[in-house]
Amino acid sequence: MSDRTVRVLLKSLVFLVSLAPAAWLAWATLTGNLSANPLGDLTNETGVWTLRFLCITLAITPLRRISGWNGWIKFRRMAGLYAFFYGTLHLTTYVIADRVAGLDVPNGFIAWTTLADLARAVWDDIAKRPYITVGFAAWATMAPLAVTSTAGMIRRIGGKRWSRLHTVVYVTAVLGVVHYWWLVKADIRRPVAYAAAVALLLAFRSPSERTGNRCALPRLVPNTHPSSGPRPPFAAQVSN
Amino acid sequence: MLIRRASDVRSSEITDKKRYLNRRAFLQTAVGLAATSLVGAEALVQGATPARHGRKLENIGRSALSTNEKPTNWENVTTYNNFYEFGTSYDSASTYARSLKPEPWTIAVDGECARPGTMNLEDVLKGKTLEERIYRHRCVERWSMVIPWVGFPLSDFIKQCEPTSKAKYVEFATLYDPKRMPGQGSSVLRWPYLEGLRMDEAMHPLTIFAVGLYGEVLPNQNGAPLRLAVPWKYGFKHIKSIVRVRFTERQPLNAWQGYAANEYGFYANVNPTVDHPRWSQAHERRIGEFLMRKTLMFNGYGDQVASLYTGMDLRRYY
Repeated sequence: MSDRTVRVLLKSLVFLVSLAPAAWLAWATLTGNLSANPLGDLTNETGVWTLRFLCITLAITPLRRISGWNGWIKFRRMAGLYAFFYGTLHLTTYVIADRVAGLDVPNGFIAWTTLADLARAVWDDIAKRPYITVGFAAWATMAPLAVTSTAGMIRRIGGKRWSRLHTVVYVTAVLGVVHYWWLVKADIRRPVAYAAAVALLLAFRSPSERTGNRCALPRLVPNTHPSSGPRPPFAAQVSN
Repeated sequence: MLIRRASDVRSSEITDKKRYLNRRAFLQTAVGLAATSLVGAEALVQGATPARHGRKLENIGRSALSTNEKPTNWENVTTYNNFYEFGTSYDSASTYARSLKPEPWTIAVDGECARPGTMNLEDVLKGKTLEERIYRHRCVERWSMVIPWVGFPLSDFIKQCEPTSKAKYVEFATLYDPKRMPGQGSSVLRWPYLEGLRMDEAMHPLTIFAVGLYGEVLPNQNGAPLRLAVPWKYGFKHIKSIVRVRFTERQPLNAWQGYAANEYGFYANVNPTVDHPRWSQAHERRIGEFLMRKTLMFNGYGDQVASLYTGMDLRRYY
C-alpha cells in the first residue's frame, strides 16, 4: 500500500471511531438504553465528550514530542473539529432539553413569537447562571477555530497569525473545565481529573518547557515542493 | 513526506540526556493521567437493572392524601436514585445496593424523650397500619417522580417515643457501615448522612416513615428498610436506611446543609420562587416526560402545609 492509501485508511478509521460515541448515544436514546432521565444523560455525555476531544487535541503536540513521530499532527484538526462537533451537540441538547422544554408558550409552540421567546430564554440563562455563561463562552471560543480550520483559511490568515489565533483553544479547555466544575453537585472527582489533564497538557506548553528543548526532537520544517511551486505552509503551523 | 527531520541541529541545541529522560518521565505521567481521565474515569451510561420484586406487604390501606397522578414506573423508580452511600451516579444504588442487607435492622431512639432505647424494625411496625401514599417527589436537581410509597405516619412512631417538652426537632441518621455502603469510603459527604425536621413538620399527617414501594418491601436502592417521605420538601430531606432517631432542642445540621449551606438549607421546602444559587427551581422534568412542568409551591401540598410557615421568610429559610 502506498503512503497515501495508509493515510486515507487511517484517517477514515479515526474519523469513524470519533463518531462512535455520538452514534452510540443516538442508538441508546432510540432503544431506551439510557437512564430514566435520557435528556440529562445526553446533555452530560455530549459535554464530557467535548472535554475528551479537547484533551485529545491538546495531547497531539506532547504525543509528537514524546513519540518522536510527527504523524500525529495529521489528526489534530480532526480531533479539534470533533471537540467542536460534540460541543455543538451539547449546546443544542441544552437548548432543546432545558430551554425549549421549559418555555412558557401562551400562544402555542407554533406561534411566531416562540423563537423570540426561546432566544430570550437562552440569553437570560447565559447572563444569569455563571456555569452557563462559562460553558457558552467555551463553545463560542471554539467556533472561530472551527471556521478557520481549512487549508484555505490558514493560507489567507498566514501561518504565524493562524497559529496564534488557534492558541485560543487553551482558553476553551480551561473554560470547559470550569464549566464542568461549577455545575456538579458535590462529587468533583471527574472535573478534577479533567482539570489535571488540561493543566498538564498546558504545562507542556509553558515557556520553561519550551526553551532549550524544542530542538531535541525532530523539528518540523516548512514543506517545499520545488517541482510544484509554492504550497500552503502546513508544516509551518505545527510548531506548537 | 510532508514532514522532514532537520539535518542541521547543532550539538549545543541537543538537550542533555538526563534532562531529556526526566522530561520523558514527566510527560509519560502526564499522558497517563490524561488518559485515565479521558477513558477510565467515566464509563458510558449503562442501562441499570431495576430492582427484583420483593415480598408483598399485606393489609395496605388507601389514603386520601394520595395524589391521583400516574406513578412513575417501577424501573425508573428503582434505577434512578441519588443514594451517595453507594456512589454518586444515578445508577450506583441499583448497581451496588445488594450489599446493604436490611435484615435484621434496629433503630435507636435517644435524646429528649421519655422512652429512649433500641428496637427491632418488627417491633416498630407492630400495631402500625400500613397505608399506600402516592406522593409527588421533587428532587433539588429539577427532576420529579410520582412514587407509591407504603408506610405509616411518622407521628405514630414519635408518640410512642414520648418526646419531652424540650424536643423541638427530630434528627435522623442513616446507617454508617462502609462494608455495606461502599460509597461511604469516599468523603463526598460527611457520614453518617443526617437529616432533621422541626417537630410540627415531623408530626404532620403527610410525613411518613416508608417501608414499601408499589405494595412491596422497599428495595435496597430506595432506602430499605425504613426511610422518610416528606412530599413538600426536596428529595434530599427523604433520608434513607434510618438507624437512629434523636429528639433535640437545637436545629440539627443536615448533611447537605453541612456540605454547602448557601445552596441547601434546613427547611428545603419545594419553592419555585427561590432558586438554587446555580440553577432555577421554577420548572422540573417529570421523569418520562419531555416538556418541563412548572414547579408548584410546596410541591403542590401548600393547602396542607403552608400554615406551618406563616410569618417565615422563605427566602431566608430555604
